[in-house]
Amino acid sequence: MLVYVIRRSLQALLVMFVMSILVFVGVYAIGNPIDILINPLADQIERERAIAVLGLDQPLWTQYGKFLAGAMHGDLGRSFVHSTPALGLILQRMPATLELALVAMLIAILLGIPLGLWAGLKPRSIAGRSIMAGSILGFSLPTFWVGLMLIMVFSVVVGWLTKKGRGPTQEVLGVPVSFLSLEGWRHLILPAINLALFKLALLIRLTRSGTREALLQDYVKFARAKGLTNARVIGVHVLRNILIPIVTIIGLEFGSVIAFAIVTESVFAWPGMGKLLIDSINLLDRPVIVAYLLITVFMFIVINLLVDLLYSTLDPRVRLADSKG
Amino acid sequence: MASAAAETPFRRIASDFADSRIAVFGLALLGLIVLMAIAAPLISPQNPYDLAQLDVLDGRLPPGSVSADGATFWLGTDDQGRDMLSAIFYGLRISLSVGVASTVLALALGLGLGLAAAYFGGKVEMLIMRIADIQLSFPAILIALILLAVLGQGMSKIIAALVAVQWAYYARTVRSAALVEKRREYVEAARCLALTPARIVFRHILPNCLPPLIVVATVQVAAAIALEATLSFLGLGLPITEPSLGLLIANGYQYLLSGKYWISFFPGIALLLTIFSINLVADQLRDVINPRLQR
Repeated sequence: MLVYVIRRSLQALLVMFVMSILVFVGVYAIGNPIDILINPLADQIERERAIAVLGLDQPLWTQYGKFLAGAMHGDLGRSFVHSTPALGLILQRMPATLELALVAMLIAILLGIPLGLWAGLKPRSIAGRSIMAGSILGFSLPTFWVGLMLIMVFSVVVGWLTKKGRGPTQEVLGVPVSFLSLEGWRHLILPAINLALFKLALLIRLTRSGTREALLQDYVKFARAKGLTNARVIGVHVLRNILIPIVTIIGLEFGSVIAFAIVTESVFAWPGMGKLLIDSINLLDRPVIVAYLLITVFMFIVINLLVDLLYSTLDPRVRLADSKG
Repeated sequence: MASAAAETPFRRIASDFADSRIAVFGLALLGLIVLMAIAAPLISPQNPYDLAQLDVLDGRLPPGSVSADGATFWLGTDDQGRDMLSAIFYGLRISLSVGVASTVLALALGLGLGLAAAYFGGKVEMLIMRIADIQLSFPAILIALILLAVLGQGMSKIIAALVAVQWAYYARTVRSAALVEKRREYVEAARCLALTPARIVFRHILPNCLPPLIVVATVQVAAAIALEATLSFLGLGLPITEPSLGLLIANGYQYLLSGKYWISFFPGIALLLTIFSINLVADQLRDVINPRLQR
């Protein structure tokens, strides 16, 4: 187990390193930030001074070397636009994104598993078929367009949810959150539903197919033959067995929820990391783009690692023996 | 089942496919959408990108309005007086071509790399499959965003980004299918006949790997269209000179809160129907082609 953890961590470090080169070189090849960041009326001396301050006059590999050395100390460069550390800028936006992603995931789990279970237990019923048709629709609906339609229906037509941004926040242990006040929920609920839809469809399908497979297994037939109540057969014997793949997917999908938050945040003007990324791409604020991508890559690697470890703990049949060495 | 006389694989698949009425409906809808996209210049009431045909005075008219010169705008107009119905026909053309072009290219690339991995094995296989694994552990939208941030805007760039995101799915599918086929007796027989490796790979292994690939490709066309629309909506995809459905929706975004819903709503419906019909077809294809579910 320890060997496995070490091996996986080393592998993760390698991926981080390769990604940092790819991202850095790639991003530093777009456009010329000098044109955007320096006042066009500035004279030659002023321009050169600004270029020197931003370090843009040095060769690419020197810039990368400085960047890497800084990254080791938690310094991912300064934003050209905001003139503050890029890492700080992102960390400041991170709670908004995480809160949105967590609420979305929670909605998907709390609705998706029961609906999928129902569709799996009664696949031929009208409810079962409708749930499945709905889940295909959920896969087909483009996230950003659903967001627009939600805004239109609830804010303009019905008029009972506030439209954009995050609204007032409360501090919990120094982290600003929205979910403690009604006003906060009014801002949070629409983007969270928007972000949840795709994962909801996924969880419904996953739970349904798992349930259908589990119902055919001998241990379920045996449990029924023993005369156990329906609730116990489904709640204990079926659910516990299908929960393993579901937990894995939930873990892996959490990263993708954070990535998809880019779209939802842009539609709802939610002040998270994703919106910051899009703004930074449009302004060619390269340090922020690089920092965002590196932080996201890091989060992904950590999530994937944790899911792998969790999987082996949850399911005794999965042995890591074959991965050792 | 079809009559026993002519039991070709294609016939069997076609008749199994027709078992699901909703899938046939999806196929018909998809056919109609493709037809509309191909025939856009013929069936559009106006050429939405010929400025001479636009009149700013017709701007932001609700659906069903009549223009100054008597034409009816069935789906309303955008801020420049463009007929939304025509804009959607032309938008479908662009969205579908980007989706299909990127899928075909990604399929070719993934097929080549996947077959190479399966046939050569060893270091080649490890390198290709490791890259695919790492790439697939990140969501497509993130990778496409990084690439577009690097490459900039443009039709060819978004196709390149979509190919880069998709090839790994095909490579993985082909490899696993080819690994199974490689050990079959007919391949051994072909080897005994001293056929060239190229002939064995392309004439014997490849055709037997196609069924799962077709399913993946169908799903991926829908995914590519949705991804292109999302990226264009975020302003990172196609330039304004090539207005796909995503750009049309983005264009209507600013008018949404003032109740002028049709500029975003109808292109969105077109996009939704396109993706939905492809997914319906793909869902049934998967069941029909999957040998595990064969009756």
